[in-house]
Amino acid sequence: MSTHQIQLTINGRPQHATVEGRLTLSDFLRGDAGCTGVHVGCEHGVCGACTVMVDGNAVRSCLMLAVQADGCTVTTVEGLAAEDGTLHPVQQALRDEHGLQCGFCTPGIVMTLASLTAADNKAAPDKVMNALSGHICRCTGYQGIRRAARKLAGGAA
Amino acid sequence: MNAPEMLDTKTQTQAHAQATGYIGKRMARTEDARLLTGRGVYVDDVGLPGALQVAFHRSPIARGRIKSIDLSAARQLPGVYAVLTADDLARFKVDMLSFFLAAPVVPVPVLATDCVRHVGDPVAMVVAQDRYIAEDAAGLIVVDYDEEDPVVTLADAKTGPLVHPDADSNVAAATGNEDPDEDLEAQLANAPHLVTVEFEHQRISQSPMETRGVVSAPQGSGELTIYLSCQGPQLNARWFAQAFGMPQTAIRVISKDVGGSFGLKGQPWREEVAVVLASMLLKRPLKWIEDRLENLTSANQAREQEIKLRVAFDADGKLVASHADYGLNNGAYPQGADSNIAVMMFLWGAHKLPVFDFHARGWFTNTVGLAAYRGPWALESLAREVLLDRAARQIGLDPIEIRRRNLIRREDQPCTTPMGLELTDISPAECLDVLLEKIDVAAFRAEQAEARKQGRYLGLGFATYIEPTAGSTGIGVLMSESAHIRIEPTGKVSAVVSTHSQGHGTQTTMGQVIAERLGVRFEDVAVYEDDSSRGGYGSGAYGSRQAVAGGGACIRAADLLVDKIKRMAAYLLKVEPDAIVLGDSMIRALGDKEQVVSFRDLADIAYGEPERLPEGMDAGLEIQYRYRPPPITMTSAAHACIVEVDADTGFVKIKRWVTSEDCGNMINPAVVEGQIAGGLAQAIGEVLMEEVSFDARGNPTAVTYKDYMLPTIFDVPEFEYHHEASRPSIAEGGFRGVGEGGCIIGPPTLVNAIADALAPFGELKLEFPLTPSRLLAHIEGRREIAERAAPAESAPLPVPESARAASESASTVENLPAPSAPQEPVAASTAVQVDGEWKFVLSTPMGPQAFTGRMSTDGDQLTGVFIMNMDEAHFTGTVSGNQLKWDLKVTKPMKITLKYEAQIDGDKLTGKCKMGIFGSAKLVGERVST
Repeated sequence: MSTHQIQLTINGRPQHATVEGRLTLSDFLRGDAGCTGVHVGCEHGVCGACTVMVDGNAVRSCLMLAVQADGCTVTTVEGLAAEDGTLHPVQQALRDEHGLQCGFCTPGIVMTLASLTAADNKAAPDKVMNALSGHICRCTGYQGIRRAARKLAGGAA
Repeated sequence: MNAPEMLDTKTQTQAHAQATGYIGKRMARTEDARLLTGRGVYVDDVGLPGALQVAFHRSPIARGRIKSIDLSAARQLPGVYAVLTADDLARFKVDMLSFFLAAPVVPVPVLATDCVRHVGDPVAMVVAQDRYIAEDAAGLIVVDYDEEDPVVTLADAKTGPLVHPDADSNVAAATGNEDPDEDLEAQLANAPHLVTVEFEHQRISQSPMETRGVVSAPQGSGELTIYLSCQGPQLNARWFAQAFGMPQTAIRVISKDVGGSFGLKGQPWREEVAVVLASMLLKRPLKWIEDRLENLTSANQAREQEIKLRVAFDADGKLVASHADYGLNNGAYPQGADSNIAVMMFLWGAHKLPVFDFHARGWFTNTVGLAAYRGPWALESLAREVLLDRAARQIGLDPIEIRRRNLIRREDQPCTTPMGLELTDISPAECLDVLLEKIDVAAFRAEQAEARKQGRYLGLGFATYIEPTAGSTGIGVLMSESAHIRIEPTGKVSAVVSTHSQGHGTQTTMGQVIAERLGVRFEDVAVYEDDSSRGGYGSGAYGSRQAVAGGGACIRAADLLVDKIKRMAAYLLKVEPDAIVLGDSMIRALGDKEQVVSFRDLADIAYGEPERLPEGMDAGLEIQYRYRPPPITMTSAAHACIVEVDADTGFVKIKRWVTSEDCGNMINPAVVEGQIAGGLAQAIGEVLMEEVSFDARGNPTAVTYKDYMLPTIFDVPEFEYHHEASRPSIAEGGFRGVGEGGCIIGPPTLVNAIADALAPFGELKLEFPLTPSRLLAHIEGRREIAERAAPAESAPLPVPESARAASESASTVENLPAPSAPQEPVAASTAVQVDGEWKFVLSTPMGPQAFTGRMSTDGDQLTGVFIMNMDEAHFTGTVSGNQLKWDLKVTKPMKITLKYEAQIDGDKLTGKCKMGIFGSAKLVGERVST
C-alpha cells in the first residue's frame, strides 16, 4: 500500500498528514481533519452531499483522493460561517427559505451554492439550477433550495 | 427573591402578546443553525477511543445452502481484528422482533446460519482497524454454496418452492375472505357499470440520504450505549431491551441527527443487531456505516404490490359494491409479516360505498425483506383514484363529478364505512371545493384541446384522500407520547419530548408549542429528543403522529406547569392565581401595583427554598405528562396537477401542482408545507423513475444512484399550498398529522394527469414507473422492446420435487384444513379430554399472540376463558367429538366477533380463528394441566 506525505490548507489552517494512496478526500476530511460536516451519501459521485471547495471550485470529495489535494486550499461547510457565528449568505438564505430538513445533503448544497454565488462572481440562475441538479435531496422536494438559489443568484425569490 | 420590577399594564400586555403566537407561525428552525454549519452529529460523526469498523460479507446468490465458509485469508490480513459468523454470535439469545415488538412469523437469523435467502443476506462480518481493511478482508472470505432456484416475484411466490421450508406456505400474512362472496359477485356482475383496474407497483428503496448506521459501545457491567440512525431512540431502546432480554435502562440509544428515514429506520434489524452483539463479544466499541450499495441491495425495502380492484357503479356513477384482491411482496425477512390491512381500511374510507370485500396476502420471496415506506398503505389511493378516472371516462362523467357524487362530506358524518371505520371529521370533498377555486378547469380544457391540435399533450389529474394520522388503535407501541418540561434552576426551560426528527423539525415545532403555552420566549426553550435515557417512553416518528401526539403531550405538560407557576407566584406575590400572567419569559402579577418576577426567581425558590412554597406544594418546577391522542386523527386533501407529455420523447413535464389540505391547526406552516413537498417529490420519483429491480435469479439490478434514479430539482415543480379547508381536530391543540400525505395522494394525482394527457392514445397501461420508454410505447402503440426480451429470462422456475410435495401437503394460513377434514371427527363416544389449562398461540396480522386459558365441558357444551395480560375473555361454545367451536366477542381494536374452530388431538389443539375483516389466523394450543 503506497503512502504519501501531503500538506494542504483546510478552512484556513494548515494540515499535514501521511495518507494511503487510496484514501478518498472525503474520508480524509472526515476522519483525519475532523470535518464531519462533509457527508458521504453515495460514494459514487451522484448525490453531491460530499461537495467541498478545492481552490475555490466545488468538487465531490468522494471522487477525489486525498493525495490529489496535496498543496490545495480546501474549504468545507465548517469554514463558511464567520467566527462570531454569523451565517454565510448561502447558509442564511437556506435557513430563511426552509431549504433543508434532515440536513444530510445540505453541506454539499451549501458548498455548490457558495462556489457559484460569491459576491464578486455570481452565476446566472440557470447555471445555478443546473449545478443543483447534481445534488439529491430526499426530504424537501427542493422547494426552499430553489427559492434560496434564486435569491442568491440575484433573481426574485 | 429579587424585588419585583414594576411595569405599567400596557407594557405587560404587549410583552405577553410578543411571547404568544408561536403556534401557527412560520418560524425558522432551531435545527438549521447546526445543520447548515456542519455541526450536526450523525451516527458516523461519533468517534470513540478504540473503536473498530465493521464490514459485512454478503450472499451473492438469492437462495442456497451454505456448504462451507473459509475465513482464513480474511483473518490473516493485517489490521483485521476479528471475523465472525453466526456461530460466533450463537452464544447470545436474541429474539428478533417486529415493529410491534412481536415475534416474527418465521425465524430471523442475525447472520445467515445454514442457508441464504436473498442476495445481500449477511453471512459474515469483519471487524478491522478501518473500513478499507474491513472491506478488503470481507472480499477475501470464501463461501461455498449449493445454489437453489429462487422465488423472486409475487407470481413466483404463488407457485414456487417454500422460501422458509418450515413455514406452511409462502403466505407470510393474510387478511380478508378467501372465498368469494356470492352476493357481492352478483352485484359486481349485474351492475350497470363494472370498472376494473389491475396493476403491479414496483419496489421502492426509501433511500434516505444518510444510510443506516450504528456505533455500539459496551460499558461498565452489562450496559450498552448505542448510537443509532433511527426514527426514535425510545422505541429502539425498548426493542433492544426486549430482544436481548436486558433492562431498558441498561441500554442507552442516542440518535442526535438523522439524515432521513422514511420508514427504513423504524427498528433495528439484522446488521445493527449483529454489530451490537459483536461489540459485546469483543468488548470494543464498533461502528458500522452502511454504504450505498448495501443500502440499495440489503436494506429492507417497500411497495412491491399487486392489486385487482373491481368496482360496480349504478347508472348515475354512484358506487354500488367493490372487491379488491391484493398481494404484497414481503421478501425473505420482513420487519413484520404483512398483508397491509390499512390498504383495505382506507381504500373506501371516504366514499359512500355500501358493500366491500377483499382478500389480501403478503408473500415470502427470496428478496430483501419488507420495511415501511412513507404511507405504507398508499396503494389504496393510487388504485381508487385511477379507477375513478377510468370509471368517469367509461361512464361518461367528469372526473370531478364522479368524486362529488361519491365522497362523504362533512354533513354526512358521523358515519361508518363498510370496514368499520367511524368517520367524524374527514373533508376530502371540502378540500376539493377549495382546490377547484384555484384551478380554472374550463380554461384548461380549452387550452388542452388547442394544444392537441398542435400535437402537444397536456393533462390534468385530480385525487382526493384521507389519511389516518397519529393512529394508535390496537397498536400498543403507538399509544402515547411523553413530554417532560422543566424550568431549570437557571430559569431556562428544557423539555425532553419523546418525538424525534429525521428532518421533521420537531425541536422547532415542539419548542413553539411549549414556548407559547408557557409564555416564554422561543429561544428560552431547549427541546431534547435524542437520548433514550433522558425521557419517558414514546415511539418517535411513526405514522404522521408527532404534531398530534407529541404536540398534545407538550400542551398538557406546559399547561400543568403553568398552573403550578401561577399558584406558586400568586402565593409569593400575595395575589390571586387569576392575576398571574405569563409572557415574554416573565411572570407578572396584574393589579394596582404590577409586580414582575422572572422564571429564575421562581425556580430559585422552587428548588432552593421549598419551605417558602404553599403548603402541600412539591419542590421543583417540572412536569412530566403522557398524552394519549384520539385513536385516529384524520387528515384530508385534494390535489391537482397539470402535465405535458412530450410525444416524441415520452418525457413528462409537470407544469403545475396545487394542493388543498385539511391539516387542522398548523404549528409551523413552513414545516407542514415541507412535509407535503417532500412526500410529493417521493411520489414523483415513484411514478416516473424509481424502481428496485431484480433479474430472474434475484440479483438486484439497480445498485447505484445511476440505476436507482431519484428526482432532482428539475423533476419537482413548485407546489402551491392552500390550507383554507382546514378545521381543528379534536386532538389537543387541534392538530392533524401531515408526514405521509404527499407520498399517498401524489402518485394518483400525477398518474391521472398523465393518463388524461395521453387519453387520445387510449387507456394508459399501468406499468410503474411510467418511464419515458413506457410512455413512448403507449404513444406509439407498440410494446416495449424490453418486454419482448423478457420471457426467456422469466420462464417458470423449476420446482424441486421435495419442495413441491411439501408445498402441496402443507396447510397454509389462508387455506387451513377445515376442522372436519381430512381427519374424521372422533366419535362423540370416544372420550376426548377437553378440560384443563391450556396455553395458546394465535398468529395474528400483528404477530403471534401467546396467552393461556381454561376450558371445561358439560356434555356438548363448552365453556372457557382466555387470559392475556391479566385480562380475561370468557366464551361458550360446543363440542362434538374432538371438534370444538366457540365465538368470542372483543372490542379491541374494534368490535368484532372472533369465530374459533379447533380440534383436539391428545394434549395438542390446532384450529383457526376467523377474525372478520382481518381474515383467518392459525391457532395452536398445548395442554398444560388437566
